Amino acid sequence: MTAHAMVMLRRDFKHLTRNPTSVFNAVLMPIVLMLMFVYMLGDAFSVGVDYVDYATPGLMLMAVCYGLGGTATAVNADMTKGVINRFKVMDVSRGAVLTGHVVTSVLTNLIAIAALVGVAFLLGFDASASALDWLGVVGMIVLLATAAGWFTVALGLAAKSPETAGMAAVPLVMLPFFSSAIVPADKMGPGLREFAEYQPFTPIIETLRGLLAGGPSAGDVIPAIAWCIGIAVVGYVWARSTFSKRA
Amino acid sequence: MTKAIEVSGLRKAFGDKIVLDGIDLDVEAGTVFSLLGPNGAGKTTTVNVLTTLLRADGGTVRVAGHDVAAEPKPVRRAIGVTGQFAAVDELLTGEENLQLMVDLSPVDAKDGKRIVAELLERFDLVESAQQPASTYSGGMRRKLDLAMTLVGSPRIIFLDEPTTGLDPRSRRTMWSIVRDLVADGVTIFLTTQYLDEADKLAYRVAVLDQGRIVAQGTPDELKRRLPGTHVQLRFTTAEELDAAARILPDATRDDESLTLRVPSDGGTASLRALLDRLDEYSLSAEEFSVHTPDLDDVFLALTGHGTEVPTT
Repeated sequence: MTAHAMVMLRRDFKHLTRNPTSVFNAVLMPIVLMLMFVYMLGDAFSVGVDYVDYATPGLMLMAVCYGLGGTATAVNADMTKGVINRFKVMDVSRGAVLTGHVVTSVLTNLIAIAALVGVAFLLGFDASASALDWLGVVGMIVLLATAAGWFTVALGLAAKSPETAGMAAVPLVMLPFFSSAIVPADKMGPGLREFAEYQPFTPIIETLRGLLAGGPSAGDVIPAIAWCIGIAVVGYVWARSTFSKRA
Repeated sequence: MTKAIEVSGLRKAFGDKIVLDGIDLDVEAGTVFSLLGPNGAGKTTTVNVLTTLLRADGGTVRVAGHDVAAEPKPVRRAIGVTGQFAAVDELLTGEENLQLMVDLSPVDAKDGKRIVAELLERFDLVESAQQPASTYSGGMRRKLDLAMTLVGSPRIIFLDEPTTGLDPRSRRTMWSIVRDLVADGVTIFLTTQYLDEADKLAYRVAVLDQGRIVAQGTPDELKRRLPGTHVQLRFTTAEELDAAARILPDATRDDESLTLRVPSDGGTASLRALLDRLDEYSLSAEEFSVHTPDLDDVFLALTGHGTEVPTT
């Protein structure tokens, strides 16, 4: 990583510590959701296993999504307040500004997920994953967080104002509800079920679920990785082109 | 004298909208050049092209001897830019903002501390150095913004409307900072909506109107083309206006608004003489006002229309 990217990363982390709202959204919201689903709604769903075991992988993905609103807003504030233009005329390496935001986003996600998994264990989460499976979980999450991070940075750069940037990330927060995160897709009504089965988050969640249960199936892993790479490439290209065009 | 900035035939359009329609200008090194124009004239677009942020559609732009399109890197090393909105990091303190600029510029790390301390001192920001920039007033933000621009000791500085929205005291502080910079040999390219600002600071002024430069010269040369200070008298009836116009042959009349514009230096002696003359003929104006030329007058004189951007 270049020296400029390190400077950017330090800056973005300072932002995180001084903006408790975005930390709250990123770390506490997924835990609140977990408590709500497991204690209030869990008994109402019959999913064949302990509900906390079913929901944890889905909530991991939601934890990634909840962190994105803060990333989009932070990137957009840099763009609309002229900070990015300042960096551009100082000849700061083009990638450094954006990479700093993506890496911060990924690290925030990892912190949120570590906290979430800790709470899951307190609630009786029972994973049969081996050390290698856990490594796979971390790898899947880093891949997802990087892909979603680049996509969100692009959204943030393209949005007109921090408010619309925050709004642009809302679909990413909503999408997990229409996946197999909370209830299995085959329990949903027609239309919604097909959507849930084919949207990118479902194979990612199923991969995490498989890894945590000790045996992922290739039928989930391959589309999950393909979706992540696709989203990452689109996000990266879009972000880089918006970054150089918009002044 | 060497040229710090040379622009010829600069054109830029966004979609169908032509923003810059063939601009030519030269800025001598070590002087203040002011681009004067109303909102929407194309000032910020010009600054964005000159500072490598936007690509021109046509024409050539050389800054610090380098073509901005072909060699943006040496241009960026020579310039500093303070945009229209103070581009400070609001979550960082004043000192951290300056340190960020040190970290990102080729400045030596051990000189960095000294540079930050000197800039805080010079811009009177020492007391608030540990406060987040979000707590700063508008004037303090602009000062911090400019201090951040100066970290790499740029030889050419672009200031896009540096005093818009500032109170009179902060404006004067900003002006004295600009004068100090020029005294150190820095070239300043400044955009403004205020005629008095261009008049007080600039060595040369170009007036930008709807993407074209309609006049260029020293402030004195431009002011000679202006209507100058005048007194405006408004009457209640056309008969009174007729009578007043007869006794004041220098005046120009406007029948529609029943007003008379009388050239005057605005001093008490000439005003008394004017009022005495009206009195002598038992004429009284309903309204009396003294006008000094402002940007609107410049535009009216140079383009035949005011500063309002046409809506069509």
